[in-house]
Order: sequence, then C-alpha cells, then structure tokens
Amino acid sequence: MRSLISILDLSVEEIDQLVNTGLDIIENPAKYAHKCEGKKLATLFFEPSTRTRLSFEAAMYELGGHVIGFSDAGSSSASKGESVSDTVRVVSNYADIIAMRHPKEGAPLVASMKSTVPIINAGDGGHNHPTQTLADLLTIRREKGTFGNITVGFCGDLKFGRTVHSLIDALTRYKGVKIVLISPDELKLPGYMKDALDKMDNITYVETTSLENAMPELDILYMTRVQKERFFNEADYIRLKDSYILTPDKLENAKSDMCILHPLPRVNEISVAVDDDPRACYFKQVFNGKIIRMALIMKLLGIE
Amino acid sequence: MLVNPIKNGTVLDHISAGNGMKLYKILRLNELECPVAIITNAYSQKMGKKDIIKIDGAVALDLDVIGYIDPGVTINKIEDSVVVERKHLSLPDTISDVIHCKNPRCITSIEQELPHKFKLIDRENKVYRCIYCESKFK
Repeated sequence: MRSLISILDLSVEEIDQLVNTGLDIIENPAKYAHKCEGKKLATLFFEPSTRTRLSFEAAMYELGGHVIGFSDAGSSSASKGESVSDTVRVVSNYADIIAMRHPKEGAPLVASMKSTVPIINAGDGGHNHPTQTLADLLTIRREKGTFGNITVGFCGDLKFGRTVHSLIDALTRYKGVKIVLISPDELKLPGYMKDALDKMDNITYVETTSLENAMPELDILYMTRVQKERFFNEADYIRLKDSYILTPDKLENAKSDMCILHPLPRVNEISVAVDDDPRACYFKQVFNGKIIRMALIMKLLGIE
Repeated sequence: MLVNPIKNGTVLDHISAGNGMKLYKILRLNELECPVAIITNAYSQKMGKKDIIKIDGAVALDLDVIGYIDPGVTINKIEDSVVVERKHLSLPDTISDVIHCKNPRCITSIEQELPHKFKLIDRENKVYRCIYCESKFK
C-alpha cells in the first residue's frame, strides 16, 4: 500500500509514468471513464480549500468513482477533539483512498502510519503539497516538453510557500536546472532548502529581490501569493503583500515563450491584464491538476 | 578518591566532563534501587577530564538517549567483575521522545500521544530534523 506524502516519495521514473498517463488521459478521456467504478475517495479537508478539494472530487468522478468526506474541520469529529490518527483509522473502513488537507505539518504522514488505505497529502500547513507539484510538472512538460535545462524563477513568498518547496524538491532531480529565487528578505527560501541545493551539482540557484532584473533569463516564472494565514502578525502581512505584482509592462523583457505559473488562488500578485497574454498558463495548471490527480488515484489504487 | 569496582552492572566511561549529571537526570538513575556512583572531573589521558557513571546492578539503558547527549561515551557491561561487553556509541540515526519539536505548526503540537521522532540528517554538525514537519531541532 503506497501513500503520497512528499513529492520525493515518487521516483523520477514514477513521475514520468504519471505525466505520461496524464497525457494519455487528455488524449483519450473515454478510456478512463470507468477505471475507478466501485471505488470511493474520501476527501478529509481539516482546512478549507475549494480548489484542491473540487479537483480531487472531479478527478474521481471522471474515473467513474464515488466521493465522500468533509470540507472543514468544524463539520468533522476533529471539532470534538478526535485525533488525526483515530479519524483516519475510522475512515479507512469507508473509503479505498484518502486525500487529506490539514493545517498542521506532518499530519498526512501520521495518517499514512495509521491508515489501511493510501493517503494523498493534499497540503499540510506550509510544508508539502505534492499533487500541486505534479500539476506544475505536467504543465511544464506540456508547455516546455522537458524538465531539464530550464531556468525557473520563483517569486513572492518563498519562505512559507509549500508549492514552491515541493516543486524545487522535484526539480532538483533533473539536470541543468537553474533556479532564480525572487523574494523580499523576509520571505526568502528557508535555509535548510538552500543548504540542500548547495550540495547538488546538477542545479544552481541565485537569490534576488528584483523581479525585473531576473525576468529576461526565465523560461518559467512561478508566482506565489503572500498568504495571510501563514503570518503570526498582521502588520507584517500588510507591509509585504504587494511586494511583487506581475503586470504587462514587467513582461516586456521576458522571453516570448516564457511560461507563467501560479498555484492559485490569486489575489493581486498577477494583474488580470496578464490573463490574455499567451504566456499565462495558470488556468491550464488547474486543468492539468485534475488530470494528474486522476493518474495518481489510479496509480495508488493499483489500477492500470 | 576511591570508588569500589562493581561486580555486576554497567559503567558509562568517557563521558565528557559536565555531562555526567545531565545523563544521570535524563536516564532517571535516581529512581534505581541499586547503588549508583557519579565521578566528575576524573583524570583522562585522552580527554583531560571526564565523567564516569557506575551502576551496580542490572539495568536497561536507552543507548539512543546516551548517544544523542554524548556520542563519545563507552558502555562497559560487567559480569562477575569482568567486562563482558564494550560498546562505543555514536549519534543515533533516529531518536524518539528524547527531544521535542518546537514548531507550533507541527502535528506534534496537537496530537498529544504522538512520539516526537527525529532523524539525523547531518552527522558532522549533529543536525536532527522532526520526521513530521522536517523542522531542524535547535
């Protein structure tokens, strides 16, 4: 029984396999319409997330399966003080696979230790969000045709942004990747991640506070939201939230085939005026997210 | 100063000077019924000064705890006044409930029964990370 807690739980070959299944689903959706008939997905969302939850649910329905679950901790037994371990032991009896989001870091790992069915980490605090990373990777593959020899800029909240951490982890396994870290000093990538990057020969990184200066060399620009819920102090949030806003004029120096990604939801860090630019790929990511979750559910359920 | 040799028990040798009392407290040796001797600042050719703990009785020690606190310790098991086993400790690969995760966002902050487990990720610099949230222990 396999679970997906961190993107590093998957080998490079397994990621390739999932991406290839995703591409096949896009080409031949009818082939997959009944793959999960008779199977149930439980979505245990201890923290609100419309987007990710709906993506998992849509993925399971498109595979012919069923969905049960809850969408906030208040409507679950967690509000009565039940532990994650107990909740998962109970739900393991009802579902064939569980997608879990939890505000506490490590909760899905604890769940996977107690569950008798596969657990998919649908986001744990500021820690990991591997299915968003799979969506990002499928998008990069569809837009760029490769994961290697690319320059990827990460902009915004690199300290708490779990999607950034997971995608960087994934990219460290390919050759010739250059990472450009664009953030205010207060929201820089955590030291432990930079320590890990320092030890790798196949990847290089630079840090900058200027989005404009970094722009010309980027093949991919990964924008992130400065999330209010990750701050202990509201004054810090207000001071930093507008630090990096992508507007059409800032894109003038960008490559014509650069790909703009964003895990969404967007607040104001990408101007709506950018949406019509052919380089804007963030809504394609949403579609790719559903597709890759279909591929993942099948894989973890052992369905060919 | 003279401390009698023990007949059956354990001697913790080569404890860095100053760590003897720390180990005594963490291993809760005060709760043992048998005689326990702590020698601090003993002369050592190799270390200059060292601490030694002698436990005159059978006891199961958590070697991971000792290895984490002081990886240079040597454990000598004594039977009928003869050293029958000698172990040189090193930093354990994993430790459970020896140190506690201080990250307020970690699942261990709300799941009371969960053991606080840490994994050694950098032996040279003695860096342990929580297995749940991956925070570095400081």
